[in-house]
Amino acid sequence: MEFWVYFAAKPLFWLIVTLAVFMFATALNKRSGGTPLLHPVLVAMAIIITFLLLTKTSYETYFEGAQFIHFLLGPATVALAVPLFDHFERIKTMWLVLLVACVTGAVSAIVSVLLVGLLFDLPTGVLLSLAPKSVTSPIAIGIVEKIGGFPSLAAGLVLITGAMGCLLSPLIFKLLGVKDDAVKGFSLGLSAHGFGTAYAFEVSAVAGAFAGLAMGMTGLLTAFLLPVVISLMGLI
Amino acid sequence: MLNGFLALLLCQLLGELLVLVTGMPVPGPVVGMVLLLLALIVFKRTPDSVRLVSEGLLRHLALLYVPAGVGLMVHLEMISQYWLAILVALFVSTLITMLVTVLVFRLVGKLNNSAGEP
Repeated sequence: MEFWVYFAAKPLFWLIVTLAVFMFATALNKRSGGTPLLHPVLVAMAIIITFLLLTKTSYETYFEGAQFIHFLLGPATVALAVPLFDHFERIKTMWLVLLVACVTGAVSAIVSVLLVGLLFDLPTGVLLSLAPKSVTSPIAIGIVEKIGGFPSLAAGLVLITGAMGCLLSPLIFKLLGVKDDAVKGFSLGLSAHGFGTAYAFEVSAVAGAFAGLAMGMTGLLTAFLLPVVISLMGLI
Repeated sequence: MLNGFLALLLCQLLGELLVLVTGMPVPGPVVGMVLLLLALIVFKRTPDSVRLVSEGLLRHLALLYVPAGVGLMVHLEMISQYWLAILVALFVSTLITMLVTVLVFRLVGKLNNSAGEP
Protein backbone atom coordinates (compact mmCIF):
# COMPACT_ATOMS: atom_id res chain seq x y z
CA MET A 1 0.00 0.00 0.00
CA GLU A 2 2.99 2.30 0.18
CA PHE A 3 2.68 3.36 -3.47
CA TRP A 4 -0.91 4.35 -2.80
CA VAL A 5 0.03 6.58 0.13
CA TYR A 6 2.68 8.17 -2.04
CA PHE A 7 0.48 8.90 -5.06
CA ALA A 8 -2.67 9.77 -3.16
CA ALA A 9 -0.87 12.61 -1.43
CA LYS A 10 0.14 14.16 -4.76
CA PRO A 11 -2.02 16.94 -6.21
CA LEU A 12 -1.30 15.55 -9.71
CA PHE A 13 -3.10 12.30 -8.90
CA TRP A 14 -6.39 14.03 -7.97
CA LEU A 15 -6.13 16.32 -10.95
CA ILE A 16 -5.92 13.26 -13.21
CA VAL A 17 -8.77 11.52 -11.37
CA THR A 18 -11.01 14.57 -11.87
CA LEU A 19 -10.24 14.81 -15.59
CA ALA A 20 -10.47 11.09 -16.30
CA VAL A 21 -13.70 10.57 -14.35
CA PHE A 22 -15.29 13.59 -16.04
CA MET A 23 -14.33 12.28 -19.48
CA PHE A 24 -15.81 8.90 -18.59
CA ALA A 25 -19.01 10.59 -17.31
CA THR A 26 -19.26 12.62 -20.53
CA ALA A 27 -18.91 9.48 -22.66
CA LEU A 28 -21.55 7.73 -20.53
CA ASN A 29 -23.89 10.70 -20.97
CA LYS A 30 -23.42 10.68 -24.77
CA ARG A 31 -24.13 6.98 -24.88
CA SER A 32 -27.35 7.42 -22.91
CA GLY A 33 -28.60 10.03 -25.38
CA GLY A 34 -27.56 13.12 -23.42
CA THR A 35 -30.16 12.86 -20.65
CA PRO A 36 -29.67 15.51 -17.91
CA LEU A 37 -30.48 12.77 -15.37
CA LEU A 38 -27.00 11.42 -16.07
CA HIS A 39 -25.47 14.88 -16.25
CA PRO A 40 -21.68 14.44 -16.55
CA VAL A 41 -21.03 16.73 -13.56
CA LEU A 42 -23.43 14.84 -11.28
CA VAL A 43 -22.11 11.43 -12.39
CA ALA A 44 -18.49 12.58 -11.99
CA MET A 45 -19.29 14.00 -8.53
CA ALA A 46 -20.93 10.73 -7.42
CA ILE A 47 -18.02 8.60 -8.66
CA ILE A 48 -15.33 10.83 -7.13
CA ILE A 49 -17.15 11.16 -3.77
CA THR A 50 -17.56 7.36 -3.60
CA PHE A 51 -13.90 6.88 -4.45
CA LEU A 52 -12.77 9.39 -1.80
CA LEU A 53 -14.98 7.82 0.86
CA LEU A 54 -13.76 4.29 0.01
CA THR A 55 -10.10 5.35 0.15
CA LYS A 56 -10.74 7.50 3.27
CA THR A 57 -9.33 10.55 1.51
CA SER A 58 -10.32 13.95 2.86
CA TYR A 59 -11.86 16.64 0.67
CA GLU A 60 -8.91 18.91 1.51
CA THR A 61 -6.44 16.38 0.05
CA TYR A 62 -8.59 15.98 -3.06
CA PHE A 63 -8.95 19.72 -3.48
CA GLU A 64 -5.17 20.23 -3.46
CA GLY A 65 -5.19 18.64 -6.90
CA ALA A 66 -8.63 19.68 -8.08
CA GLN A 67 -8.06 23.36 -7.26
CA PHE A 68 -6.24 23.81 -10.56
CA ILE A 69 -9.47 23.04 -12.39
CA HIS A 70 -11.53 25.00 -9.87
CA PHE A 71 -9.32 28.03 -10.44
CA LEU A 72 -10.37 28.22 -14.10
CA LEU A 73 -13.94 29.10 -13.05
CA GLY A 74 -12.71 32.67 -12.56
CA PRO A 75 -11.34 33.29 -16.09
CA ALA A 76 -14.27 31.28 -17.52
CA THR A 77 -16.70 33.68 -15.85
CA VAL A 78 -14.78 36.61 -17.38
CA ALA A 79 -14.86 34.82 -20.76
CA LEU A 80 -18.67 35.01 -20.80
CA ALA A 81 -18.19 38.59 -22.00
CA VAL A 82 -17.25 37.25 -25.46
CA PRO A 83 -20.60 35.59 -26.42
CA LEU A 84 -22.32 38.57 -24.78
CA PHE A 85 -20.45 40.99 -27.01
CA ASP A 86 -21.19 38.86 -30.09
CA HIS A 87 -24.93 39.41 -29.55
CA PHE A 88 -24.68 42.86 -28.06
CA GLU A 89 -26.76 44.58 -30.75
CA ARG A 90 -29.75 42.37 -30.07
CA ILE A 91 -29.30 42.60 -26.30
CA LYS A 92 -29.21 46.42 -26.48
CA THR A 93 -32.64 46.60 -28.11
CA MET A 94 -34.10 44.25 -25.49
CA TRP A 95 -32.65 45.64 -22.28
CA LEU A 96 -36.00 46.45 -20.61
CA VAL A 97 -37.42 42.96 -21.22
CA LEU A 98 -34.21 41.37 -19.98
CA LEU A 99 -34.07 43.48 -16.82
CA VAL A 100 -37.72 42.92 -15.83
CA ALA A 101 -37.54 39.17 -16.58
CA CYS A 102 -34.31 38.89 -14.60
CA VAL A 103 -35.57 40.68 -11.49
CA THR A 104 -38.86 38.74 -11.36
CA GLY A 105 -37.11 35.45 -12.13
CA ALA A 106 -34.37 35.95 -9.54
CA VAL A 107 -36.80 37.01 -6.81
CA SER A 108 -39.15 34.09 -7.49
CA ALA A 109 -36.18 31.70 -7.34
CA ILE A 110 -35.18 32.95 -3.87
CA VAL A 111 -38.67 33.28 -2.40
CA SER A 112 -40.03 29.97 -3.71
CA VAL A 113 -37.11 27.86 -2.47
CA LEU A 114 -37.25 29.51 0.97
CA LEU A 115 -41.02 29.05 1.26
CA VAL A 116 -40.86 25.33 0.43
CA GLY A 117 -37.89 24.99 2.80
CA LEU A 118 -39.80 26.72 5.61
CA LEU A 119 -42.75 24.44 4.93
CA PHE A 120 -40.45 21.46 5.60
CA ASP A 121 -39.06 23.15 8.71
CA LEU A 122 -35.46 23.10 7.49
CA PRO A 123 -32.85 24.59 9.86
CA THR A 124 -31.77 28.16 9.11
CA GLY A 125 -28.25 27.16 8.02
CA VAL A 126 -29.66 24.88 5.31
CA LEU A 127 -32.21 27.51 4.23
CA LEU A 128 -29.50 30.13 3.85
CA SER A 129 -27.44 27.66 1.78
CA LEU A 130 -30.48 26.96 -0.43
CA ALA A 131 -31.32 30.61 -1.07
CA PRO A 132 -28.79 31.37 -3.86
CA LYS A 133 -29.32 28.03 -5.64
CA SER A 134 -30.03 29.58 -9.04
CA VAL A 135 -26.77 31.53 -9.04
CA THR A 136 -23.50 30.30 -10.54
CA SER A 137 -21.31 28.60 -7.88
CA PRO A 138 -18.54 31.21 -7.46
CA ILE A 139 -21.18 33.88 -6.79
CA ALA A 140 -23.34 31.59 -4.64
CA ILE A 141 -20.35 30.67 -2.48
CA GLY A 142 -19.53 34.35 -1.99
CA ILE A 143 -23.13 35.19 -1.05
CA VAL A 144 -23.47 32.31 1.43
CA GLU A 145 -20.19 33.23 3.12
CA LYS A 146 -21.63 36.71 3.66
CA ILE A 147 -25.08 35.68 4.98
CA GLY A 148 -23.90 32.77 7.13
CA GLY A 149 -24.86 29.46 5.50
CA PHE A 150 -22.58 26.53 4.54
CA PRO A 151 -20.59 27.52 1.40
CA SER A 152 -19.71 24.00 0.20
CA LEU A 153 -23.28 22.79 0.76
CA ALA A 154 -24.47 25.76 -1.29
CA ALA A 155 -22.02 24.85 -4.09
CA GLY A 156 -23.46 21.33 -4.26
CA LEU A 157 -27.08 22.50 -4.16
CA VAL A 158 -26.34 24.93 -6.97
CA LEU A 159 -25.17 22.00 -9.11
CA ILE A 160 -28.25 19.90 -8.38
CA THR A 161 -30.40 22.91 -9.31
CA GLY A 162 -28.46 23.23 -12.55
CA ALA A 163 -29.15 19.62 -13.51
CA MET A 164 -32.85 20.01 -12.61
CA GLY A 165 -33.11 23.12 -14.78
CA CYS A 166 -31.68 21.26 -17.78
CA LEU A 167 -33.99 18.32 -17.07
CA LEU A 168 -37.13 20.47 -16.78
CA SER A 169 -36.40 22.88 -19.65
CA PRO A 170 -37.50 20.67 -22.60
CA LEU A 171 -40.81 19.98 -20.84
CA ILE A 172 -41.42 23.64 -20.03
CA PHE A 173 -40.47 24.83 -23.52
CA LYS A 174 -42.87 22.30 -25.01
CA LEU A 175 -45.66 23.12 -22.56
CA LEU A 176 -45.42 26.86 -23.24
CA GLY A 177 -44.56 26.46 -26.91
CA VAL A 178 -41.28 28.37 -26.64
CA LYS A 179 -39.60 28.68 -30.07
CA ASP A 180 -37.34 31.71 -29.57
CA ASP A 181 -33.76 30.69 -28.72
CA ALA A 182 -33.28 33.96 -26.84
CA VAL A 183 -36.11 33.07 -24.41
CA LYS A 184 -34.84 29.50 -24.09
CA GLY A 185 -31.32 30.62 -23.29
CA PHE A 186 -32.37 33.38 -20.94
CA SER A 187 -34.60 31.16 -18.79
CA LEU A 188 -31.94 28.41 -18.75
CA GLY A 189 -29.19 30.79 -17.66
CA LEU A 190 -31.38 32.43 -15.04
CA SER A 191 -32.65 29.26 -13.36
CA ALA A 192 -29.76 26.89 -14.04
CA HIS A 193 -26.66 29.18 -14.21
CA GLY A 194 -23.56 27.57 -15.82
CA PHE A 195 -25.22 24.18 -16.33
CA GLY A 196 -28.05 25.87 -18.16
CA THR A 197 -25.56 27.97 -20.12
CA ALA A 198 -23.58 24.90 -21.18
CA TYR A 199 -26.87 23.24 -22.16
CA ALA A 200 -28.03 26.36 -24.04
CA PHE A 201 -24.81 26.45 -26.09
CA GLU A 202 -25.84 23.01 -27.38
CA VAL A 203 -29.17 24.50 -28.52
CA SER A 204 -27.54 27.38 -30.44
CA ALA A 205 -24.97 30.17 -30.08
CA VAL A 206 -27.77 32.72 -29.60
CA ALA A 207 -29.30 30.66 -26.78
CA GLY A 208 -25.85 30.34 -25.22
CA ALA A 209 -25.21 34.08 -25.35
CA PHE A 210 -28.54 34.88 -23.72
CA ALA A 211 -27.94 32.17 -21.11
CA GLY A 212 -24.54 33.65 -20.28
CA LEU A 213 -26.14 37.08 -20.02
CA ALA A 214 -28.91 35.78 -17.75
CA MET A 215 -26.37 33.98 -15.59
CA GLY A 216 -24.28 37.13 -15.15
CA MET A 217 -27.29 39.39 -14.53
CA THR A 218 -28.89 36.96 -12.08
CA GLY A 219 -25.60 36.62 -10.21
CA LEU A 220 -25.19 40.37 -9.92
CA LEU A 221 -28.82 41.04 -8.97
CA THR A 222 -29.02 38.16 -6.49
CA ALA A 223 -25.87 39.33 -4.71
CA PHE A 224 -27.65 42.61 -3.98
CA LEU A 225 -31.24 41.33 -3.59
CA LEU A 226 -30.74 38.21 -1.46
CA PRO A 227 -29.70 39.91 1.82
CA VAL A 228 -32.76 42.18 1.52
CA VAL A 229 -35.17 39.30 0.81
CA ILE A 230 -33.97 37.09 3.67
CA SER A 231 -34.09 39.92 6.18
CA LEU A 232 -37.64 40.72 5.00
CA MET A 233 -38.50 37.05 5.60
CA GLY A 234 -36.98 37.28 9.06
CA LEU A 235 -34.20 34.72 8.49
CA ILE A 236 -31.28 36.92 9.55
CA MET B 1 -3.56 32.49 -27.27
CA LEU B 2 -1.41 33.45 -24.30
CA ASN B 3 -2.37 37.10 -24.89
CA GLY B 4 -5.98 36.10 -24.59
CA PHE B 5 -5.47 34.17 -21.36
CA LEU B 6 -3.51 37.08 -19.91
CA ALA B 7 -6.35 39.45 -20.87
CA LEU B 8 -8.92 37.26 -19.06
CA LEU B 9 -6.75 37.01 -15.94
CA LEU B 10 -6.06 40.75 -15.93
CA CYS B 11 -9.78 41.50 -16.16
CA GLN B 12 -10.37 39.13 -13.26
CA LEU B 13 -7.60 40.75 -11.21
CA LEU B 14 -8.98 44.24 -11.88
CA GLY B 15 -12.43 42.93 -10.92
CA GLU B 16 -11.12 41.50 -7.63
CA LEU B 17 -9.34 44.79 -6.91
CA LEU B 18 -12.48 46.83 -7.57
CA VAL B 19 -14.49 44.56 -5.25
CA LEU B 20 -11.83 44.90 -2.55
CA VAL B 21 -11.69 48.69 -2.83
CA THR B 22 -15.43 49.39 -3.11
CA GLY B 23 -16.62 46.55 -0.83
CA MET B 24 -19.49 45.65 -3.19
CA PRO B 25 -21.11 42.28 -2.45
CA VAL B 26 -20.28 40.85 -5.91
CA PRO B 27 -17.56 38.30 -6.76
CA GLY B 28 -14.50 39.63 -8.58
CA PRO B 29 -14.84 37.49 -11.76
CA VAL B 30 -18.33 38.92 -12.41
CA VAL B 31 -16.93 42.45 -12.27
CA GLY B 32 -14.13 41.16 -14.52
CA MET B 33 -16.73 39.99 -17.03
CA VAL B 34 -18.30 43.46 -17.08
CA LEU B 35 -14.85 45.03 -17.54
CA LEU B 36 -14.02 42.74 -20.48
CA LEU B 37 -17.40 43.48 -22.06
CA LEU B 38 -16.74 47.23 -21.75
CA ALA B 39 -13.27 46.74 -23.27
CA LEU B 40 -14.76 44.82 -26.23
CA ILE B 41 -17.38 47.52 -26.76
CA VAL B 42 -14.67 50.21 -26.82
CA PHE B 43 -12.46 48.02 -29.02
CA LYS B 44 -15.43 47.20 -31.31
CA ARG B 45 -14.21 43.64 -31.95
CA THR B 46 -12.99 40.52 -30.14
CA PRO B 47 -9.27 39.83 -30.67
CA ASP B 48 -8.68 36.29 -32.01
CA SER B 49 -6.56 35.30 -29.01
CA VAL B 50 -9.30 36.28 -26.54
CA ARG B 51 -11.92 34.45 -28.61
CA LEU B 52 -9.81 31.29 -28.80
CA VAL B 53 -9.23 31.05 -25.05
CA SER B 54 -12.77 32.09 -24.13
CA GLU B 55 -14.44 29.60 -26.41
CA GLY B 56 -12.12 26.86 -25.15
CA LEU B 57 -12.98 27.60 -21.52
CA LEU B 58 -16.72 27.91 -22.17
CA ARG B 59 -16.81 24.65 -24.13
CA HIS B 60 -15.61 22.84 -21.01
CA LEU B 61 -17.52 24.93 -18.49
CA ALA B 62 -19.21 21.86 -16.99
CA LEU B 63 -15.87 20.27 -15.96
CA LEU B 64 -14.97 23.34 -13.92
CA TYR B 65 -17.90 22.72 -11.57
CA VAL B 66 -16.74 19.24 -10.51
CA PRO B 67 -14.21 20.15 -7.76
CA ALA B 68 -16.71 22.41 -5.95
CA GLY B 69 -19.45 19.81 -6.36
CA VAL B 70 -17.35 17.08 -4.73
CA GLY B 71 -17.42 19.36 -1.66
CA LEU B 72 -20.93 18.00 -1.02
CA MET B 73 -19.19 15.03 0.65
CA VAL B 74 -18.39 17.24 3.64
CA HIS B 75 -22.13 17.59 4.28
CA LEU B 76 -23.30 14.01 3.68
CA GLU B 77 -24.68 13.71 7.21
CA MET B 78 -26.80 16.83 6.93
CA ILE B 79 -27.96 15.82 3.45
CA SER B 80 -29.01 12.32 4.56
CA GLN B 81 -31.20 13.99 7.18
CA TYR B 82 -32.89 16.54 4.93
CA TRP B 83 -32.49 15.19 1.39
CA LEU B 84 -36.17 14.89 0.56
CA ALA B 85 -37.05 18.40 1.69
CA ILE B 86 -34.01 19.81 -0.14
CA LEU B 87 -34.84 18.01 -3.39
CA VAL B 88 -38.51 19.01 -3.29
CA ALA B 89 -37.59 22.64 -2.52
CA LEU B 90 -35.08 22.75 -5.39
CA PHE B 91 -37.44 21.04 -7.83
CA VAL B 92 -40.50 23.19 -7.09
CA SER B 93 -38.44 26.38 -7.07
CA THR B 94 -36.64 25.61 -10.34
CA LEU B 95 -39.96 24.85 -12.01
CA ILE B 96 -41.53 28.10 -10.75
CA THR B 97 -38.43 30.13 -11.70
CA MET B 98 -38.42 28.86 -15.29
CA LEU B 99 -42.16 29.35 -15.76
CA VAL B 100 -42.06 32.89 -14.34
CA THR B 101 -39.03 33.84 -16.44
CA VAL B 102 -40.50 32.58 -19.73
CA LEU B 103 -43.91 34.15 -19.08
CA VAL B 104 -42.57 37.52 -17.93
CA PHE B 105 -40.08 37.62 -20.81
CA ARG B 106 -42.94 37.12 -23.27
CA LEU B 107 -45.37 39.49 -21.58
CA VAL B 108 -42.91 42.38 -21.32
CA GLY B 109 -41.66 41.64 -24.82
CA LYS B 110 -45.21 41.97 -26.17
CA LEU B 111 -45.93 45.17 -24.22
CA ASN B 112 -42.63 46.61 -25.37
CA ASN B 113 -43.34 45.80 -29.02
CA SER B 114 -46.88 47.16 -29.01
CA ALA B 115 -45.73 50.32 -27.20
CA GLY B 116 -43.14 50.89 -29.91
CA GLU B 117 -45.74 50.76 -32.70
CA PRO B 118 -47.74 53.89 -33.53
